[in-house]
Amino acid sequence: MGYENVTQSLTKVIEMKKITKKFGDFVANDSVNLDVFKGKVHALLGENGAGKSTLMNILYGLYSPTSGEILINGKKVDITNPNIAIEHGIGMVHQHFMLIKPFTVAQNIILGQEPTSKMSVLNMKKALKDVKEISERYGLYVDPNAKIEDISVGMQQRVEILKALYRGAEILILDEPTAVLTPQEIVELIQIIKNLTKEGKSIILISHKLKEITAAADFCLIIRRGKHIDTVVVSETNEEGLASKMVGREVSFSVAKDDKESGDEIFSIKDLIVKDNRDIIAVDKLNLSVKKGEILGLAGIDGNGQTELLEAITGLRKVESGEIKINGENITNNTPFQVISKKISHIPEDRQKRGLVMDFDISENTILENYYKYPFAKRGVLQYDNIRIYAKELIDKFDVRPKEESKMARTLSGGNQQKVIIAREVTNNPDLLIAAQPTRGLDVGAIEFVHKALIEQRDNDKAVFLISFELDEIMNVSDRIAVIYEGKIVGIVDAKDAEVEKLGLMMAGGGNE
Amino acid sequence: MIETILSNLALIIGTTLMYSTPLIYTSLGGVLSENSGVINIGLEGMMVIGAFAGAAIGYFVGDPWIAFIGAGIAGGLFGLLHAFACVTFGANQVVSGIAVNFLGAGIALFLSRMFFEGATMTKSIALDNKMPRPLNGVFPDGSLLKIIFDNQYATVYLAFFMVLIIWFFMYKTKYGLRLRSVGEHPTAADTLGISVMRIRYFAVIMSGVFAGFGGAAMSLAIVSNFRPTLISGHGFIALAAMIFGKWKPQGALLACLLFGGAQGLAVFLGQFDFEISTQLISMLPYVITIVVLIGFVGKSAAPSADGIPYEKEHKY
Repeated sequence: MGYENVTQSLTKVIEMKKITKKFGDFVANDSVNLDVFKGKVHALLGENGAGKSTLMNILYGLYSPTSGEILINGKKVDITNPNIAIEHGIGMVHQHFMLIKPFTVAQNIILGQEPTSKMSVLNMKKALKDVKEISERYGLYVDPNAKIEDISVGMQQRVEILKALYRGAEILILDEPTAVLTPQEIVELIQIIKNLTKEGKSIILISHKLKEITAAADFCLIIRRGKHIDTVVVSETNEEGLASKMVGREVSFSVAKDDKESGDEIFSIKDLIVKDNRDIIAVDKLNLSVKKGEILGLAGIDGNGQTELLEAITGLRKVESGEIKINGENITNNTPFQVISKKISHIPEDRQKRGLVMDFDISENTILENYYKYPFAKRGVLQYDNIRIYAKELIDKFDVRPKEESKMARTLSGGNQQKVIIAREVTNNPDLLIAAQPTRGLDVGAIEFVHKALIEQRDNDKAVFLISFELDEIMNVSDRIAVIYEGKIVGIVDAKDAEVEKLGLMMAGGGNE
Repeated sequence: MIETILSNLALIIGTTLMYSTPLIYTSLGGVLSENSGVINIGLEGMMVIGAFAGAAIGYFVGDPWIAFIGAGIAGGLFGLLHAFACVTFGANQVVSGIAVNFLGAGIALFLSRMFFEGATMTKSIALDNKMPRPLNGVFPDGSLLKIIFDNQYATVYLAFFMVLIIWFFMYKTKYGLRLRSVGEHPTAADTLGISVMRIRYFAVIMSGVFAGFGGAAMSLAIVSNFRPTLISGHGFIALAAMIFGKWKPQGALLACLLFGGAQGLAVFLGQFDFEISTQLISMLPYVITIVVLIGFVGKSAAPSADGIPYEKEHKY
C-alpha cells in the first residue's frame, strides 16, 4: 500500500514541514517532516539523542525552530511558548512527570486553569465534577481526592494524560510513556491510547521501544542523528525493519550466544534476610548461587526485593542474617571497598546516582575504584598522564563517544554513560559481575553492546548475575533464570526451557515452589 | 489563693499574646516566601527595618496606622531586594538572606543617626500616637478578661486575623494553589503556563511586608521607639516557628504562641526576687527555640523546591 496511499483519505491535524533546529554548529533536526492525522497514533522512533525530543519541544513551544513551518489544521502557526501550544489543543505528557506530589489528583489537573467562584476562591466541587466527567469519558479512572505521592506510577501517568485532556488537548504528545511502567501498566496504557484515538484524539508517541510502536502506532517517523529517515505504515513492517532503519544497520534481537558448560559454583547466598528503608523485611531467607561461566538472570517485578538484595551483596545495606560467599570466602556485611577487592564488580541500577560521578570527566570516572593504585597514583598524588592514557584505551576498546576523555560524564548520552561504567567494571577483571538493569533507558544499538559485553564475560569463564525487570532481556541473555517474588526465590529454570507465560505467572506470585 | 493563681495565669496569657504578635506577623511572612520556594532567613533584617520605619514614621507623622503601613512598605522593599537576588539572578538564598540581615540592621542604624541627631535610638512616640487598645476599659475592674485584654494593642487582634487570611489565601484560592505549586515543582507549574518568577516575586515581597509589620508591632505597640537591640533575634525565632509549624500558617501561629509564651514567662518571672539571675531567665525563649528545633521538628515537610533557584531548561 505505502504511506502515501494509506494516508490519502485522512485528515491532517499537524504538519511540521522541513523543520531544522541548530544549537550553534550542532544540527539537532535537519529538515524533518512530520504529519499527524486525526484519530491516529504517529510514533516517533530514534535512538537516544536522535532529535526526537527536540522536535517535540519545538511543537510544544519550548524551542523555536531555526527554519521550517508548522501548520495546525491547515493553518500556519507560530508556537513561541507552551501556552500557545495548549491553546492550539496540543498537550504533552513529559517523561518525568510534572506532578505536584503533596497535591491531590484533582488539584494537579486543574492547576493553572482552576474553576473559581467569586474573588479567585477555588471551586473544588466543580473541579471534582469536571475531573470525574473527563475521566469517565475516556475510561481513565483515578481517585480525584488521592494525593499524588500515594498513587502508583501508572496512575500518575493517567493524571498527566487527564491534565492535557482537561485543557482541551486534541493532540497528545507522549514522551517515552512506558519507560517507568510495569508490563501490566504498559498493556493498560496501550488500551488507553486506543480509547483516546477512538474519541478522535491524535497521539504522537515518542519511543525507542519497538514492541510498543508495533502494538500501538499506525504510522512511524524514523529519525537518525537529526535526519529524517523515513515514515512508514507500521502494519506493513516489523520490529527488525524498524530497528535497522533507526540504527542504520542490521540489528539482531536474538543475542548470539554459544552453548557453554558452566563450571563450579563461585558465588552463593544462603538464607539471606535484608530489611528495606521502612524497616520491613525485603529479602526473606533468599538462597541463590552463580557458577563460573554462566549468566544467572533474576526476573521479577520492580519492588520485590531486588534493590535490597543488590545493596546487601555490594555492601551498601546491612544484612540482618544469612551468608554471602564468594570463592568460599564470607563477605557478609563487608564494606563496598572490601567487596570490590574480593573481585566483585557491579553495574548499578541507577547509573547517574551510583555508577558515575556526573561532574567528573570520563578519565576520572574510569579509575573510581583504583585511583589509589599505581600507575594512577604515586605516593598519594594522582598521575593524570597515566590516567588519561588508561581512559583513552578504554574509550577505544568500548567505543565510548565522543572519544574525549576530558568530557564530563554529565554531557554523555545514557548509552555512553553505561559504556563508561561497563568499561570500568569489566576491566577490573571480576570473578562475579553484577549487572542491575544494565539496559534501562538505552536504545537498541546500546542494548546490543551491553548484552555482548555480558556474554563475553561469561565466555571468559566468569560469573554474571543479571537483574532486570525486562523479561525479554532475561530470557535472551541468561543461562539460568531465577524468579524473585516478595523477597524469595520462587523458582529457578533453565533458560532453554523457559516460557514467558510460566515466568510471568511466577513473577506475579503464582509460581510453584 | 486560687484567685491569685488565676490572675497570674491571666497575666501570663496577656503577655504571651503581646509577645507572640510580632512573631506571628513575621512567621506568616516566612510561610509565604518559603511555600513559593524561596528560603528567607532575611526575616530578621526585614523586621529590623520595619521596626525602625514604624517608630520613625510614628514619631514624625503621629498616626500609628500610617506608620504600620509604612513599616510594611519598608520591609517589602527589602523583600524586593531579596527577590531580585534570588529570583532574577538565582543567587544562593541563604547568602542573600544574610546580606539582607546586615543591610537591615545597618540601614536602620544609619537612618536613625541621620533623622534623630546622631542617636541610635528614635525618639519615643507620644502615648496617644501609639497603636490603639480596642478593649481598653471595656471589662470591669478586677475581672480576668480585663487582665488579659485591657492592654492589648490592635496589632494583636490583627495578627490573628491575618493568620486566617493567609490560611484562606493559601488553601482556598487559586493563587494560593499556584504559590504552593511553585514551591513544590516549579517546572510543572511552568509547563502549565504559571509564571514562577511573578509568583516568587509576589511571595518574597509580601514576606518582607509581613516581617515589616512584625517589626512595627514591636516598636509601635510593645515599646514606643526603635533601638538597635529591639529585634535581637526575633526574626530568627519567627523563622524557627515557621519551621516548627511545618510551613503552615496555622502551625506557625501555634509555634509563635509557644515561643511568645516563653517570653511572657520570662517577663513574668522577672518580677520576682529569685536566686536565678534575670539574664538566665531572659534566655528562656531562645533556649526553648533551640530545644524545640532539635527535639521535636524531625523530618518536617519543607516544600520540595524550597531553596532551589528556578531556571528554565532552555539550551539556546
